[in-house]
Amino acid sequence: MTADATPALVEDKQRTAAGPRVRKGSAYPRYLAGKLAGAAVSLLAVLVTSFFLFRLIPGDPVKTMTGGRQVSAEQLAAYREELGLGLPLWRQFTDYCGKALTGDFGTSYQFRAPVVDKITEALPNTLLLTGTAFVLYTALGIFLGTRSAWRHGRLGDRFHTGLALTLYSIPSFWLGLLLITVLSVGIGPLPGMFPTGGMESGDEEGFAHVLDVAHHLVLPVVTLVAVEYGQTLLVTRSALLDEMGSDYLTTARAKGLRDDLVRRRHAVPNALLPTVTLIFINLGRTVAGVILVETVFSWPGLGGLFYQALSVPDLPLVQGLFFEFATAVILMNTLADLVYPLLDPRVAR
Amino acid sequence: MTTTTGTVPSPRALARQRRRASVARFWRQYRAERAGLYGLAVLTLCALLALFAPLFVGSDVSSVTDAPGRPMQSPSAEFPLGTDQFGRDLLGLVVWGSRVSLLVGLLAAVLSVAIGTLIGVTAGHFKGWYATVMMRITDWFLVMPTLVLAIALATVMSRSLTTTVVAIGVTTWPTTARLVRAQTLAVETRPYIERAQALGGGHWHIMSRHVLPNVMPLVLAQTTLIISSAILAEATLAFLGLGDPTVVSWGGLLQDAREAGAVSAGDWWYLVPPGIAIAVVALAFTLCGRAVESVLNPRLGVSR
Repeated sequence: MTADATPALVEDKQRTAAGPRVRKGSAYPRYLAGKLAGAAVSLLAVLVTSFFLFRLIPGDPVKTMTGGRQVSAEQLAAYREELGLGLPLWRQFTDYCGKALTGDFGTSYQFRAPVVDKITEALPNTLLLTGTAFVLYTALGIFLGTRSAWRHGRLGDRFHTGLALTLYSIPSFWLGLLLITVLSVGIGPLPGMFPTGGMESGDEEGFAHVLDVAHHLVLPVVTLVAVEYGQTLLVTRSALLDEMGSDYLTTARAKGLRDDLVRRRHAVPNALLPTVTLIFINLGRTVAGVILVETVFSWPGLGGLFYQALSVPDLPLVQGLFFEFATAVILMNTLADLVYPLLDPRVAR
Repeated sequence: MTTTTGTVPSPRALARQRRRASVARFWRQYRAERAGLYGLAVLTLCALLALFAPLFVGSDVSSVTDAPGRPMQSPSAEFPLGTDQFGRDLLGLVVWGSRVSLLVGLLAAVLSVAIGTLIGVTAGHFKGWYATVMMRITDWFLVMPTLVLAIALATVMSRSLTTTVVAIGVTTWPTTARLVRAQTLAVETRPYIERAQALGGGHWHIMSRHVLPNVMPLVLAQTTLIISSAILAEATLAFLGLGDPTVVSWGGLLQDAREAGAVSAGDWWYLVPPGIAIAVVALAFTLCGRAVESVLNPRLGVSR
């Protein structure tokens, strides 16, 4: 989704070009309050969306929830009771908000367990997978992006930019399926080297268990890194290219600094500013984007759970996970907003 | 140019002439972007293939009952890409699938960009409470994770191509709206807008005659980029089993392959072609979009 990131940056540029907003006084507390209020509004927006999305669009929510299955009259009545359909709409909504904010999303149909339990059970697994992948693709993207920009137009740059764009256009689930076929199942003379899915093979304890999980982690992480690092690379590269003509770099070179130092000490810290925003947004997005990779690799995380919930469809679970994913994105965006002025004081002013 | 001889050209002819000149200039600069040209060539080829697909493969290619081959055959002279679990010709299916994938990608992108442009232009032109409300709604959609929202929408609606188009279209427009609004604000500060207002030009006149032509290049670049992500999103929805089960699409083929056990059986010929098709088309649109973007806004430096 190249379209997502680049325009946002473009717009930021245009906004600064149109003239900085003039405000006086110590800016950060006010900026902080503004951003936190914004996050609260976004959270409310998510609540409203998840409420209306799953109740109003389909017509009769009970019919959607039961999805054409055979249900007895008592069960129907019980569902109506649970959803509070007899109450006026605003009461339904406030009830829903109250429950959602305390983490109560009802009971999953297929697991017959509270939705919140299923989510807390799966969350650590997702964090392990996305965390590992996130660290790797961010480091790889920044490293390759910096090198590409510094030597731009040369063969290495053209190769890496091309490869990043190509990998970016590849559906993650397809890459995952291919990796399983080639490296787990094995083709021709090539034996399968990695497990085909899941997170652990069984009863190992202690260090053996850690190794086993790491072994299972390889292919999903490789898939995620491959499809995600391109964006970081491209943004870092174009941010650094923007800095390349700057006078302060000429000054640094004129002082006689080595090329390497000019790059690391002077150019890269400035160029990383737009990348930082992207990094945080990516972190939120990866949690949501992991759905496909987890599905393909049967990883027992939130994404895999989402897929299981979709195929039933198990609406309380879908709803709870939808809220969870959206909250993750909002949280990360807010974090980016809060960290950014510490790196670039011009923003909060 | 035809009316210029001797007399003063009419304003309309002048406008047309200028427009033709700018299209020619655009094309001249676009030709310098090599990656963009490759993308364009690939897209033209794919579009022709999709349009004329009925000439190469019959519309009964997706029929399960009178499939020509045996199930799960590997590639051979008769079936260059092998067959699926029903014995259908995979080459034919991939070619046929391009119709749905391209159509849905195009329609979803057009829907998305149309909503984004409408909201962006109006929010930039009418200031005050209307703009505030519109931008709040935009932010509202912007914070939702696109894919998750699209999946949730597709889950609660019935399985059909319309659902896929709508689910992608209504979740991807906010970036366009923000971009177009920023551009509209920039255009509206120019003197000729003031002149048009002084001469009595109404809101509609200013938006359609002065603002829209100026944001169109941006919209064009945005559309090209969004088609690429829309095609990927369509494949994703189909792969998750949320597409129309009655049509053949690339994402749907991959879902079929997975359900038929092609992954654990190592039947790579079933998995590779649909994925390559998705990647090639998505990449081609991205390359075109970046080329258009760097022609229109050289300062961006996306493909320097």
